[in-house]
Amino acid sequence: MSDTTTSHSPRGVKLEARGLSKRYGTRDVLRNTHLKIEPGEFIAIVGRSGCGKSTLLRLVAGLEAATAGTLSTDGKAVNGLHDDTRIMFQEARLLPWRRVLDNVALGLPRDQRRRGREVLAQVGLAERENEWPARLSGGQRQRVALARALVHQPRLLLLDEPLGALDALTRIEMHRLIEGLWQQHRFTALLVTHDVQEAVALADRVILIEDGRIALDQRIDLARPRSQGDPAFAAIEKRILDRVLQKPDAADATPTDDAPHWPGPPAHGLRWAV
Amino acid sequence: MNTQVRELQVTPIPTTAEGPSTVGSGAVWGFARSVGARLLPWLVPVALVVFWQVASSLGWLSTRVLPAPVDVVKAFWTLTLSGELWTHVKVSAGRALAGLAIGGGLGLVLGLLSGSVRFFETLLDSSIQMARNIPALALIPLVILWFGIDESAKLFLIAVSVFFPIYLNTFHGIRNVDLQLIEMGRTYGLSRWQLYREVILPGALSSILVGLRFSLGLMWVILIVAETISAQAGIGYLTMNAREFLQTDIVLVGILLYALLGKLADVFARGLEQWWLRWHPGYQKKAA
Repeated sequence: MSDTTTSHSPRGVKLEARGLSKRYGTRDVLRNTHLKIEPGEFIAIVGRSGCGKSTLLRLVAGLEAATAGTLSTDGKAVNGLHDDTRIMFQEARLLPWRRVLDNVALGLPRDQRRRGREVLAQVGLAERENEWPARLSGGQRQRVALARALVHQPRLLLLDEPLGALDALTRIEMHRLIEGLWQQHRFTALLVTHDVQEAVALADRVILIEDGRIALDQRIDLARPRSQGDPAFAAIEKRILDRVLQKPDAADATPTDDAPHWPGPPAHGLRWAV
Repeated sequence: MNTQVRELQVTPIPTTAEGPSTVGSGAVWGFARSVGARLLPWLVPVALVVFWQVASSLGWLSTRVLPAPVDVVKAFWTLTLSGELWTHVKVSAGRALAGLAIGGGLGLVLGLLSGSVRFFETLLDSSIQMARNIPALALIPLVILWFGIDESAKLFLIAVSVFFPIYLNTFHGIRNVDLQLIEMGRTYGLSRWQLYREVILPGALSSILVGLRFSLGLMWVILIVAETISAQAGIGYLTMNAREFLQTDIVLVGILLYALLGKLADVFARGLEQWWLRWHPGYQKKAA
C-alpha cells in the first residue's frame, strides 16, 4: 500500500475554481468564487451554517452543477462524479446490511478485497471486519467511512463535517488519524467544518465563506502535529473566530506576527462558530 | 439454540447432571416454581381439552355438535395412514403456493417497476390503488362466470388477493430507501445495477417482507373460501364432504389443518425475516 502511494509523489489533484456561482431559485448560495488549491494541500472551509460551504463541496464533488463559472481538477473541467474524488459525509452512510469489510470494499473488484482489509487496519478496526455497522459506535462508523473513502486511493478527499456528531475526545482522535493518513497518502483534502479549532488543527489554509463569498483565506504555518495548548494555535483560532463572528476590528488589532505573544483567552468556550 | 438460552435465563439451576445432592431444597423449590411459570400458560387450554373430552364421554356434548378430542386424533391418524390426508394437504398447499407465486410475483415485479421508474408509477399506481379497494371475495360470482368452478378460479382469487399487499409494500419500500445511501452509492462509483442490488433492494427488503406476511395471511383465508365453493380435492373438499356425512371429527381435522398450515407459513416468513434482516438491530435481539 505505502509503496504505491509514495512512488508518484504528487498524488493529490490541483483544484481550481473560477467565477464559480450557484443559485437555487432566486437565492444565490455561492457568488463568483475564485479558489486555487495546490496538489496535496489540506484546506478547511469554515463559515456559519447556510453560508454556502457545503454547496461548494457538492460542486467540487460533482453532485451538483454550477450555475456559472468553471471548476477544474488538474486543468480538466469537473462535470459530474469523478473517480479520483471521494466524499466523507456528515453521517457515516454505511450500508447497514453489509458487514464492515463489505462496506469498505463497496464498489471494489472482488480480487481487491485484501486492500479493504489493509485500509481497515490503518484506521484501527481490523478486528471488527465482520461486525454489522449497527454494532459500532459513532466514531468507529466514521472510521469505517474513512477507510471506505481511502480504499479507492482518491486524489481528492472531500470531508463534509464528518466529525460534527462525535464527542470531543473522539474528534481529537479522528484529527490525528486523518492527519496521519493524509500525510501518508498525500491526497488533496477539502474539509468543511463549523469548528474553527478543527480547521486550525488540520488545515494548511483556512478559508472563511460568508454570504457565498470567500471572506478570508488564512495560511496556517504551525508545525504538525499541532497542539491546541500552543499560544500561537490559540491566537490564530481566536483571530479566525473573531472574523467569523464579524468583529473585524479585533482581527485588525492583532496582526499575525503579534499573535504568538498574545496568550489569548481560553478558546474552549468559543469553539463553535455557529 | 434459541430456546436453550432462554431456558438458562429462566432456570438458574443446573440440570440433574450436577447431582441432586448439591442442590438445596431452596433450589428445588425455585426449579419447581420456574417450571410452574413455564407451564402456567398451558393450564387453560389443557383444562379446556380435558373438560371437552369428559363432556363428550359423559354424553353432555353430542358428537354432531363437537366430536371428542380423542375421536379427532383418531380421525387424524386414520386419514394419515390411508394417505388421504397427505393428498388433500398437497392439493391445498399447491393451490395456495401457486396463487402466491403468480399474484405475489406480479406484485413484486410491478411494485419494483413503479417504485423505481417514474413512468410506471404514473402509468400503474393510481389504477392499482383504485382496484385494491375491491374485496377479492366480491369477485366470486364473476370469477365463476369467467373460469367456471375449476382450479383456475381458485388460483385467480388467491393471486388477486395476495397481489395488493406485496405490490403496496414493495412500492413503499423502494420509495423509502434512504436517499443519503443512494447518493453515497453514486459517489462511490456504483453502476446502476450495483446500486440496485447493493442499496435499493436490501433497503426495501424489510418492507417487502411485511407485504409477504400480510399476503400469507390473506392467502389461507381466500383458499378456505375458494375451496368451500366447490372442489374435487383439497382440505376444503375433505371438510365439505365430511359435513355431508356428519363426520364432525373430520371437519375438525380440516379446521386444524388450516390452522397448522397458516402457522407454518408464518413461521417460514419469520424465518426469512430473521435471516435476511439479521443486520437489523430490531431482529438481532431475538437471534442473539
